[in-house]
Amino acid sequence: MTPLLEVRNLYKTYDGVEVLRGLGFTVDKEEFFVIIGPNGAGKTTILRILDLLDYPDRGEVFFNGISSTQYARVKYVLRRMMAVVFQRTRLFDMSVFDNIAYGLRIRGVREADVHRMVERTLSLVKLRGFEKRNALTLSGGEAQRVALAQALAIETELLLLDEPTANLDPASASLIEKVVASINREKGVTVILTTHNLFQARRLANRVAFLLNGEIVEVGATKDFFAKPQDARTKAFLEGKMVF
Amino acid sequence: MNEMLEGFLRALQLIFSLNPEILNISALSLRVSGLAVILGSLVGIPTGTALGLMQFIGKRSLIRISNVLMRTTVNAFMGLPPVFVGLVIYLLLSTSGPFGPLHLLYTPTAMLIVQLILTIPVVTGITISAVDGVGEEVRDRALSLGATSWQLASTIVREARGGILTAIVASFGAAISEVGGIMIVGGNIRWFTRALTTAIMYETALGEFEMALALGIILLMLAFIVNLSLAFLQLRGVRR
Repeated sequence: MTPLLEVRNLYKTYDGVEVLRGLGFTVDKEEFFVIIGPNGAGKTTILRILDLLDYPDRGEVFFNGISSTQYARVKYVLRRMMAVVFQRTRLFDMSVFDNIAYGLRIRGVREADVHRMVERTLSLVKLRGFEKRNALTLSGGEAQRVALAQALAIETELLLLDEPTANLDPASASLIEKVVASINREKGVTVILTTHNLFQARRLANRVAFLLNGEIVEVGATKDFFAKPQDARTKAFLEGKMVF
Repeated sequence: MNEMLEGFLRALQLIFSLNPEILNISALSLRVSGLAVILGSLVGIPTGTALGLMQFIGKRSLIRISNVLMRTTVNAFMGLPPVFVGLVIYLLLSTSGPFGPLHLLYTPTAMLIVQLILTIPVVTGITISAVDGVGEEVRDRALSLGATSWQLASTIVREARGGILTAIVASFGAAISEVGGIMIVGGNIRWFTRALTTAIMYETALGEFEMALALGIILLMLAFIVNLSLAFLQLRGVRR
């Protein structure tokens, strides 16, 4: 079976520093794939490349077997198949409702359906009553829930989450985890989440990959990955012995 | 001091008696400056937006270089001396100039041309800054949610709306307070091209301080009312 996503031999350099070094992995449909790694390992860069916000120096990404380079002239077509939430997503200077409706409106969804879908997503992230608030006046946790709602409202096949709960209060982090886990389980949305939170990876993932210095050191099913890491570097990271 | 107070009271009397000449002068100023701001915005906002957006889409070096050159030109034109603009337009519109046959010299149209040349760079320059200020994060968010290039552009303009309104406010300030340029090309002709600023100069030279003060108060009031209206719009825009 063709994986939903296949990343082959990615290289990326920023200002002379090699951020990704021959990175490769695959993600199957409906999978919850977590990439763990320390800060600066290249986690954000991978997600930016997957969402075509950045380009690799070398290597290729295949989405449903089709190379993303084939979307070079119509990038938005590929982007509309996925949604991304960054660690600190900048919301638009408009109401919470309009922020969540944004992705639907640019897809030409009828306004009646927009209302229905936004209301449903607001309930999901427990932000009913916030519709008219300007999104820039929200707290960090609320803003991140709006960012997640923006991504969920457009109902994509793939959800990319870049450390979505970093710096959030436990209640907001827990809510985001629950919502993401449920849409993966109940709606079959494939999720790729990056984190340096090992507990979070263990709670959510079907498979985990360890990223270090731009390379995937080890990939494995969650249980095996944490119980029997194969690589000494993975073991050191999991045991908190790796100093950065 | 006493003289000034008397002048002030006389000025108020002139205003509230709806002196026809004062009304005519005020209407002309508003018409010329208002039109200059509207036309200047119609040119300056799209130009400034396009130049501002080039930073988001223009990664190729040719686009970058031309963007820098155009921005530098706009910045240089923002500091154009109005008197010099007036002189150049005067030479172009005078009988021996290339546009002499149009007979535009000493008309409100000539004044409008000067004010347009002064307002377009102001609107353009401030619009560029406003669009620049939107930031890469907004671009990334719009793109990641699936925006096309046009949808991205409209999102960025929407995010920059507060700054764009500031551009309009600033250009109105520049237009309504302009004196040197419109004096040269308008000629300060009574009942025809006499604007608030040129009339103040004229009345002061004649020693008619009450009239000059009355015109000054009206100028201030007009500037205040227009700016207040735009400020309200700005506030609404920011809160939406």
